Amino acid sequence: MAARKHRRVGDSPVVRRSLVGLAVALTLLFLFMPLALIFVQAFAEGWAGYVSNILNEYTLHAIGLTLFVALLTVPLNMVFGVFLAWLVTRFRFPGRKLLTTLIDIPFAVSPVVAGLLFLLLYGSNGWVGQWLGEYDIQLMFSWPGIVMVTVFVTCPFVARELIPLMQQQGREEEEAGVVLGASGWQLFRRVTLPNIRWALLYGVILTNARAVGEFGAVSVVSGSIRGQTNTLPLQVELLYQDYNTVGAFAASSLLAGIALITLVVKAIVEWRQSRN
Amino acid sequence: MATTELSERPAKRLSAPATKRVLPGFGLSLGISLFFISLVLLLPISGLFIRAAGMGWEQFWFVITDPRVVASYKVTVLAALAASLFNCVFGLLLAWVLVRYEFPGRRLLDAIMDLPFALPTAVAGITLATLFAENGWYGQYLAKLGIEVAFTPLGIVVAMAFTSLPFVVRTVQPVLEEMAPEDEEAAMSLGASDMTVFRKILMPTLWPAIVTGGALSFARSLGEYGAVIFIAGNSPYVSEVISLMIFVRLEEYDFPAASAIAAVVMTISLLLLLVINVWQGRYLKRLQGG
Amino acid sequence: MSIEIQGINKFFDKFQALHDINLTIPDGQLTALLGPSGSGKTTLLRIIAGLETPEEGRIRFSGKDVTDLHVRDRRVGFVFQHYALFRHMTVAENVAFGLNVLPRKERPGKPEIRKRVKDLLEMVQLAHLANRYPTQLSGGQKQRIALARAMAMRPEILLLDEPFGALDAKVRKELRRWLRSLHDELHFTSVFVTHDQEEALELSDQVVVMSSGRIEQVDSPVELYGRPDSRFVFEFLGQVNVLSGKIRDGIMRQGDAWIRLPEGCENDDAQLYLRPHEVRLTQDASDRAHLPFRIEAINLIGAEVRIELKPDGWECEELWEVGISHTEFNARHPQRGDRCFAVPDVGHLFCEHAAEPTTLDWR
Repeated sequence: MAARKHRRVGDSPVVRRSLVGLAVALTLLFLFMPLALIFVQAFAEGWAGYVSNILNEYTLHAIGLTLFVALLTVPLNMVFGVFLAWLVTRFRFPGRKLLTTLIDIPFAVSPVVAGLLFLLLYGSNGWVGQWLGEYDIQLMFSWPGIVMVTVFVTCPFVARELIPLMQQQGREEEEAGVVLGASGWQLFRRVTLPNIRWALLYGVILTNARAVGEFGAVSVVSGSIRGQTNTLPLQVELLYQDYNTVGAFAASSLLAGIALITLVVKAIVEWRQSRN
Repeated sequence: MATTELSERPAKRLSAPATKRVLPGFGLSLGISLFFISLVLLLPISGLFIRAAGMGWEQFWFVITDPRVVASYKVTVLAALAASLFNCVFGLLLAWVLVRYEFPGRRLLDAIMDLPFALPTAVAGITLATLFAENGWYGQYLAKLGIEVAFTPLGIVVAMAFTSLPFVVRTVQPVLEEMAPEDEEAAMSLGASDMTVFRKILMPTLWPAIVTGGALSFARSLGEYGAVIFIAGNSPYVSEVISLMIFVRLEEYDFPAASAIAAVVMTISLLLLLVINVWQGRYLKRLQGG
Repeated sequence: MSIEIQGINKFFDKFQALHDINLTIPDGQLTALLGPSGSGKTTLLRIIAGLETPEEGRIRFSGKDVTDLHVRDRRVGFVFQHYALFRHMTVAENVAFGLNVLPRKERPGKPEIRKRVKDLLEMVQLAHLANRYPTQLSGGQKQRIALARAMAMRPEILLLDEPFGALDAKVRKELRRWLRSLHDELHFTSVFVTHDQEEALELSDQVVVMSSGRIEQVDSPVELYGRPDSRFVFEFLGQVNVLSGKIRDGIMRQGDAWIRLPEGCENDDAQLYLRPHEVRLTQDASDRAHLPFRIEAINLIGAEVRIELKPDGWECEELWEVGISHTEFNARHPQRGDRCFAVPDVGHLFCEHAAEPTTLDWR
């Protein structure tokens, strides 16, 4: 820590202890306890009960569908995020600011509205939906619709992680690479990627966490058909409404596990970045 | 093409060669970004507004001023306000403690702060509902005090506050980290008390960040759905949020009504986003002295 | 390889960074682009490298037009101001980068690359740091590695952007000498950007002084210091003492101050510029000049004693400064507040109605 000792506001032991105490207490109540509750409830019927809840036919299917959706969404948004970050941090052009504002839209839009947007466009009486219907292609109430809304909801995360970092790192290293004769791909793979890989990893993990956990938007477009279009968060809702609380929390514990992994990765990434 | 023009230099900039980009990939990244943004963001959003515009003003007005819908606006806005105010205070406290003090578990506290962002909203919803239920870990004690949280508007506030907690913490934290100790030392050497220094020296630097965080938290809360519906009770006129109203209209297959309400919500969200962006731009400019 | 720059104009949005730049940089010489910040010197360097594109004008390397050639294909060595070392690569990997990204057909084999890197690191005397990362190096070491990296492709042109800007004074001096000797040994054409006049004058064969996007003067260091073309160059190249006044019948006057000018000076408003070493201090006025002063400050540090002088009975914008030897100082012992007179030996006269300055010599 800082070598010099400054006299600063709130230094007195009384203030310090009471503020730390208050913050810790509130965090315990507000964040730790809910997290603990998930696992306590999930294991309320013991290990065997937990396993059988997870191995429930519909829950298993929901896990599979959720992973499948994430598997399609995450790479798509990763590629988009990297290109967008490269575009807005490495070039100056009119409309650059607008572009960075536009990608914040999914943050600001209610997930239900997000789902509705796609339902209106691609639903059976939407413009595109009607046209596709003539060819017997149905996007809504099936997995393509789920993937589409998930892409919408999670598209800002990778770019949002990369843009500040790449801005701060500047373009000098890439310029040096070009002067030394590197081609576009060589430049990205050898110069840019090693510098952003940790932030990219966190962006991807965060995208994944949100893709896996998206609820509002997906529930609009999925139709929640058990064993067909039910993702894990929707399965949690169904189980909970069926008064199968333990089953709901068992399924939730998987999602909470992914959330915890995300937090750990973030801590590691921040630690690595602070070392440089 | 190069040598012929040399004797008579082209007089106007118009004849200059198209600016070459030094770094590669401008066209490709611009193309991909624009294609993606148009297809994924702009096309669906314009679809909504066109749909809403197509229904005629009177019907539109009728739908969005339906008393049950108006009640849901009120519930949502009030709850979101309460939640973001709570987060401003709580967030400032947490940011302060995380930046200023060294104590065992600080890193853990810092790491867990992002839990609401990482935890799926549905999971947060059923967890909070269970905690605050009559026989839940918190509910049973609160019931003795006569406080009901689950299935009341208060529950909505709790859910919104939970999901948007990190915003204020994460916007205030970097500002606190960059504050130079010298400012405080200077004020103290002039004889100011801790509280005065906090009010006169620290707050003027902090409040723009608090407002930004609070606004983000408010915007997020307005649209919150997953965490809210499990704990809200969802009784008409009392504890229905706007997002739920849209969902209800959809389940009634009343697409025009759903689009109309969604268009209202969308407009508010976009305006909020714009205001926050402009505000942040100004505030950053002022800080950097540009 | 010589560099010919012809009619370069460069805009950043509405701002014109370079105005019609014409310049030839001779083969094998070390040229300095000197100017204050915002003078366009870095922009010009980046245009030579191909990192910026001018709106107008041509760049040729030994007669070959490279204006439309991409940076990648210009094969120049470029040393960035903050070095721009690849932070995730070791020193050796940094130096080898240019070789490693060559197309397979042109790329030397692994052992050959290793040998070249070793030779380059020996050239910059840092072979023992091959496996370090940039963050583990000092500023001077980073600078040498950046240079080695730029030289790996055996460029015939080496461009350096403020090469010593971020270093402390001692390292700066050392590196300057080392770069000069390296240049003399290898004889590539080098161009470097600097805002430090001492650095430019000490290091280069040719100095290009720039201001506000225009070239003020191109000359050898000796010529430049001895015969500046403009007030700007004069002021930029070091301490200067100025007398503003009117010339009437061969005498320049302002208040109590006057100087008798040599033959042939027209009546005009004029400014006389004098370097500190071109002025002597005397106890009494001479018949050549009457420039009364009060001694304002005496600075003993350095090879000379610097005396700051405040005009007495006339005015100037900045205090005058005159250097006297320590021997002279010890003999006369001037005190603060003493009255004394300045006598010019050589001066440079800028008249309102003359395009060029005249150098005056009273000796």
